[in-house]
Amino acid sequence: MRYLPLTDQDRKAMLAKVGVADIDALFADIPADKRLKGLVDLPRHKGEAEVERILGRMAAKNVPASSVPFFVGAGAYKHHVPATVDHLIQRSEFLTSYTPYQPEIAQGTLQYLFEFQTQVSLLTGMEVANASLYDGSTGTGEAVLMAHRVTRRNKAVLSGGLHPQYAEVVKTLSHMASDTVVSAPAKPLGDEDLAALIDDQTSCVVVQNPDVFGNVRDLRPLAKACEAKGALLIAVFTEVVSLGLLESPGAMGADIVVGEGQSVGVGLNFGGPYVGLFAAKSKYLRQMPGRLCGETVDAEGKRGFVLTLSTREQHIRRDKATSNICTNSGLCVLAFTIHMTLLGEAGLTRLARINHANAVKLADMLAGVKGVEVLTKSFFNEFTIRVPGKAADVIEKLAAKGVLGGVPYSRLAPKAGLDDLILVANTEVNTDEDRAAFVAALKEVV
Amino acid sequence: MTTYFTKDHEYVRVEGDVATVGITDYAQSQLGDVVFVELPGVGKSYKQGAEAAVVESVKAASDVYAPISGEVVEVNAALADTPAMINEDAEGKGWFMKIKIADKGELAGLMDAAAYKAHTA
Amino acid sequence: MLNNQGRPTAAGEATASAHPTFTGNKALQVEEALLFEIGRAEVTGVDLDEPEAVKSRLGGLERKGAIGLVGLSEPETMRHFVRLSQKNYGIDTGLFPLGSCTMKHNPRLNEKMARLPGFGDIHPLQPQSTVQGGLELISELARYLMVLTGTSAVTMSPKAGAHGELAGMMAIKAAIEAKGEGAKRNVVLVPESAHGTNPATAALIGFVVKSVPARDDGTVHVEDVKALLGPDVAAIMLTNPNTCGIFEPQVVEIAKAMHDAGAYFYCDGANFNAIVGKAKPGDLGIDAMHINLHKTFSTPHGGGGPGAGPVVLSERLAPFAPLPFIRKEGEKLVMVEDASDAGSAQPFGRVTAFHGQMGMFTRALAYMLSHGADGMKQASEDAVLSANYIRAGLSDLMSIPFPDHPSMHEALFDDEWLKDTGVTTLDFAKAMIDEGYHPMTMYFPLVVHGAMLIEPTESESRASLDLFIMALRDLAMAAKKGDTARFSGAPYHAPRRRLDETRAARTPILKWTPPAPAQAAE
Repeated sequence: MRYLPLTDQDRKAMLAKVGVADIDALFADIPADKRLKGLVDLPRHKGEAEVERILGRMAAKNVPASSVPFFVGAGAYKHHVPATVDHLIQRSEFLTSYTPYQPEIAQGTLQYLFEFQTQVSLLTGMEVANASLYDGSTGTGEAVLMAHRVTRRNKAVLSGGLHPQYAEVVKTLSHMASDTVVSAPAKPLGDEDLAALIDDQTSCVVVQNPDVFGNVRDLRPLAKACEAKGALLIAVFTEVVSLGLLESPGAMGADIVVGEGQSVGVGLNFGGPYVGLFAAKSKYLRQMPGRLCGETVDAEGKRGFVLTLSTREQHIRRDKATSNICTNSGLCVLAFTIHMTLLGEAGLTRLARINHANAVKLADMLAGVKGVEVLTKSFFNEFTIRVPGKAADVIEKLAAKGVLGGVPYSRLAPKAGLDDLILVANTEVNTDEDRAAFVAALKEVV
Repeated sequence: MTTYFTKDHEYVRVEGDVATVGITDYAQSQLGDVVFVELPGVGKSYKQGAEAAVVESVKAASDVYAPISGEVVEVNAALADTPAMINEDAEGKGWFMKIKIADKGELAGLMDAAAYKAHTA
Repeated sequence: MLNNQGRPTAAGEATASAHPTFTGNKALQVEEALLFEIGRAEVTGVDLDEPEAVKSRLGGLERKGAIGLVGLSEPETMRHFVRLSQKNYGIDTGLFPLGSCTMKHNPRLNEKMARLPGFGDIHPLQPQSTVQGGLELISELARYLMVLTGTSAVTMSPKAGAHGELAGMMAIKAAIEAKGEGAKRNVVLVPESAHGTNPATAALIGFVVKSVPARDDGTVHVEDVKALLGPDVAAIMLTNPNTCGIFEPQVVEIAKAMHDAGAYFYCDGANFNAIVGKAKPGDLGIDAMHINLHKTFSTPHGGGGPGAGPVVLSERLAPFAPLPFIRKEGEKLVMVEDASDAGSAQPFGRVTAFHGQMGMFTRALAYMLSHGADGMKQASEDAVLSANYIRAGLSDLMSIPFPDHPSMHEALFDDEWLKDTGVTTLDFAKAMIDEGYHPMTMYFPLVVHGAMLIEPTESESRASLDLFIMALRDLAMAAKKGDTARFSGAPYHAPRRRLDETRAARTPILKWTPPAPAQAAE
């Protein structure tokens, strides 16, 4: 067995040193009637080639995004990731290291966490960012809990433009913690009056920008309304590339910013692992969840980095911790940081312009398809179209023609009564041929 | 002026109706370098034994309990910027808060200096 | 003959710091500036063509000023991050005995499989007809987990161990609510030795945490649990094998006591790696247990994630499993994503968007297929044997707080043996760094003073274990002899000496800020 260095001879000698007759003596604390006698009912070990065959067969049943005209978004986006990123994150010292609890031999991890925190803080326009959470949806749940702690209130208002699965995560957590959630109904045009839902018990308003339908929103009036009532504005994003072109949530008055970083460096991975970005005003620092990396010096006065303000965390504060989170998304943070380093200010802003330009082109093309209506007026790289009949059927028919044409909104919220809407994303990977293929297929289908 | 101690390592220095409360020198030595203190708001009232403050070192956080019932009349705001004062002078400049004593009878349940010394020995 | 001219091969007396270099570098240890000190706003390492001009449809919400990011060209990026990597210790560097964390070998076949386009390049919301192989992989991993744990249900979406705890405790809360007992059962019992995530998780969803004392032998006794049981108790969260590295001998009795009292048994499965193939937690009476794929099933720790924390569930809790879950309809696999499609199940909600950590699922299944039933059992046995071998090799020098039980996959020592040496657990750990080892887990579990928790895993050869034991023996004897300098200033040879954590916490600097401009005129 290739992963096990001990030989039977080693084992025998080691048992002798330990002073027991056989290995089962070491398992003596397991009640005898609960100890397994033989092997569990699973196949025996296999060589590399056979494992590759088995998993390769499964993989071959799927349609990879790169193999077809691909316009699926709604919280996860197909972007090109430079080869450098995947090489570097597979460096042994990054891949096989642990949480940097021993900073003297983990400066590599700690320094990139510090660089990541700086990048996220700049992108979001916020004063402090943490070293990541699991993903955007769980981060949104954490943001709501944090707002409750800061305001000592327990009612959250959710925009109808919040990704429905994110909203479900918040509602589940809130139900379990006996907190209150008020959800605004979904409005595909983004025309909702959230300010009217804020009262003296409201801890926070959660609003996504661009929202799930793609609408770009001006958060400033809402920020003012929140401030007037003592509630926090939580700004959520699912497409981090949009921050290359849009006004930052911090500049628009957000108190907490949380989002999905998958678009930069990480890849689709069928939904995970992703990376949750989390930033806030510094006055709320001590209520933040998750790890924080800080700068300090070593015994010789050299600059170095450590995990800090750990007394907020579960391993010290236990039942009074700000969150139960332990493991975060370290390697995805690294992928994000490397990709963002390669992009830089110049690359990110250009990437964002390409995404927007491609989406504008596609929207105009789709608007020309008979029976199809483009609903979204202001958008970044994703927008909503209305099709005749059921959107889910249209998507299946497109898939049969080799085009993955977006996400039917009904897949995210089957009971919203919005069965004829498709969320269409268009990134830098989509070519003119992709768009033409999409339009041609759609014409045949609707 | 009499000083009393609790088993949770707080001291209570009584001057008239007001008690100055902090953590003992022994407590700070056990905690290590103090990096942060969370103090109560002036005007808040606590029952004896209620959590009134938090003191944190790098790897530990401890609740500080109100050693006697009463209203907080003053807090040591200087600790926010210089928590190191607790390590340097726990029972002097490193005090946490002043409490207007609600019930002097509670003092009888606390330790005097000799008893506290025995407690930490 | 070569080298016959009397060149010295020993370094002589002088220490390295007596020979400072101009750059501050030490041969292969190269100092690396922060990205923001070497990057430039106009530089990019990605070639992208400027798009055709289109009329902006951003609603007038374009960013006004610059973001402040900097970029590096591709060669600079490569060098920056390679140099950073060289300041890290990983499993591939050497023995990584971090107790409770299970730093076992991370096979590269796993990485290769996770990068197959059919797994790595599929979207969670593309039509299910186009991802049947992805759903098959999740189902197959779920089946493996159920067989190994002896349970009949598993929820796959939790993102890490602590997230799995949350999902499991939510299922318990939902089951209690379904019985109409939500208002009265609000207490969760947690042993003092538990991971911090246990009380943090229970408190997060409104449970009151009550501590169960540990007995002098490091285990939890059923009588102590029974003394705390009542109509207000919802569950116990018990790690087994526990954080002292001992299999809880009364676990079956504890499970029965919980069930008799109408409560549930949440098992923290962080240490499942000790008993895979040796016992099934389902047979022991658990109701829910998370499995850290990044501990037991070899997915990489990645410097602190990502992990994955699927939760196996007993039949009593299975109906409450969260969305999404996979159902078989004829030959087709269907991912049920909404409560309206859940049929007779009563999912308590959703713990994350999408379906979970697919990238970790692929790696874990690749590991399980590689090892098979025989290899996984052997891995558990080797891990336990190696831990006991280290314990036996050190027991005459270092103190063992719970000598009456064999260790499972990790050996626990306390700092009794360091008394009066002037050396602390922390000093000892830092001196291990100089010897080329990552330190063991220190100061955890909290029930032992100055704890040192050593978990070698099954990935070490006997020669590697022997060298480790000899190195620790040498350090232990040095400590006892009073060679405090070897410890108090350690590490001496790492890329950094001990770091000032007090300063970091008192005056937090959490991001790079541009240096203040040189003295502006008043």
